[in-house]
Amino acid sequence: MIEVKNLTKNYGSHVAVDDISFSIAEGEIIGFLGPNGAGKSTTMNMLTGYLSATAGDIVIDGHDILNEPNEAKASIGYLPELPPLYMDMTVREYLNFMYDLKKCKLPRAAHIAEICRIVKIEGVFERLIKNLSKGYRQRIGIAQALIGNPPVLILDEPTVGLDPMQIIEIRTLIKTLGKHHTVILSSHILPEVEAVCDRLIIINRGHIVANATPKQLSEQYAGGHHLTVRVAGAEDAVVELVKKIPGVKKLSVLGTKEPGSIDLLIEQEDDADIRAELFSRLAARHWPILSLKSSERTLEEIFTSLINQPIVNGNGGDRA
Amino acid sequence: MIAVFKREFQTLFTGPIAYFVWALMFFFAGLFFYSYNILGGQTALTGVFDILYTISLMLVVPILTMRAFSEERRNRTDQALLTAPVSLTGIVMGKYLAMLLVFALGMAITLVLTVVIAMFGATPAWASIFGNYLGLLLLGGNLIAAGMFFSTLTESQFISALLTFAFSFILLMFDSFASLFSNATWLVTAIEFLSVNTRYQAFASGTISYGNVMYFLSMQALFLFLSVRVLDSRKWQ
Repeated sequence: MIEVKNLTKNYGSHVAVDDISFSIAEGEIIGFLGPNGAGKSTTMNMLTGYLSATAGDIVIDGHDILNEPNEAKASIGYLPELPPLYMDMTVREYLNFMYDLKKCKLPRAAHIAEICRIVKIEGVFERLIKNLSKGYRQRIGIAQALIGNPPVLILDEPTVGLDPMQIIEIRTLIKTLGKHHTVILSSHILPEVEAVCDRLIIINRGHIVANATPKQLSEQYAGGHHLTVRVAGAEDAVVELVKKIPGVKKLSVLGTKEPGSIDLLIEQEDDADIRAELFSRLAARHWPILSLKSSERTLEEIFTSLINQPIVNGNGGDRA
Repeated sequence: MIAVFKREFQTLFTGPIAYFVWALMFFFAGLFFYSYNILGGQTALTGVFDILYTISLMLVVPILTMRAFSEERRNRTDQALLTAPVSLTGIVMGKYLAMLLVFALGMAITLVLTVVIAMFGATPAWASIFGNYLGLLLLGGNLIAAGMFFSTLTESQFISALLTFAFSFILLMFDSFASLFSNATWLVTAIEFLSVNTRYQAFASGTISYGNVMYFLSMQALFLFLSVRVLDSRKWQ
């Protein structure tokens, strides 16, 4: 549905997007993730034809954005970072304008009414946009993207500035939309994309640093799983014992947090699970386990480590 | 193009701009009609057209065109226009024609004045009135195209209006440059060729020449083309 090849965008000498490539299949919901200034909006603006790429190709639904801009643009519904709303219009006037602008062929009244129902703006249909709250404006922004029923939806930070209830509603809405559309949404908040997306593309400083499903990401980057254990016993003896258990990769002492006990952080080998062995060995010595917690790295931690790692030689090759 | 045209026309009327522009045109046309034609007893509408010529250049068009693209860019609504399946030419033409229509409707006040003259039994000088009307329309179109071009250059409506005003001012003063270079005949010839005023005066006297019409039309085409180019070049920054 969307093919991006070697896409690069320079702003003067600043490289905003550096030779990225990805493809998106029909019906996928893709999360475009990265810190502010990573190149998310620039990429989206190029996908929608608002900006032209310095180099590289974008093909939307079989149409090259450069050679067949109108066909490509007609297959995209775009919600920019700031919804492009005319404050002096009512919701009705605005949606009708967008309907005309997009040269939509669907039955006008029914199509607009259906969109209003989907994004829940029927109640403000006759009101001036400038008098509406941010939540409503965001929905009107989504509504205009839906006009013409384009196969691809590109939503740039659709939930930014909304309250928690509205965020949940918009997320549910995006999930629903994902059943009939290919969706790309950007965010700098991980749980948001984690909740709705089939696949995440993590972008940092113009490079793609990861492109995988949330599950693959956790598996790939979760690293050795950790155990935190609190044992009632003497420090040296306990450490000596635990070290000998097969499967223990690394052991560090966290100190005493409860009198007469000791906290240990155990890093296990990749496929090992030492919990049963740990229990029986300690029990044999009558050193009771007071608590045992297994901690996996969350996607949040993976994300943080991905965007903090230096870009050694990203997919852009040696670019001075 | 039609969608952009309709929206632009509507916006000029939901805001104060169209009313303000009309008020200016009606006020000055009325004032000069009163002093020249009612008090002065003339039947020719030369005074009315002269003042419309001046205020179109100095006030009407800069106000009419200042927001055209500046406002869109400031409010980021240009993203809706530029990512829609519409050509840049369509967007530019839609806006241009909407502003031209507001201007033309404002000019229509002179028709009322013509009817008033005719009611008093005088025969209006039709050739001159028609010439003035066409000349003013061409001049207005010309300036609107230029003003719209200046509005593509900046996010600030104020700067946009100021650029259009400066451009108009130069056009108005253009003839007087000729006297500065009286020893360089080729320059004088060039200035006379480019002079808006000389060509407009031909219309005012009721002479419609092919060359003069082409001069105004090609200047409009130039500024419309430049507007499209500026919008397009922004993508490549």
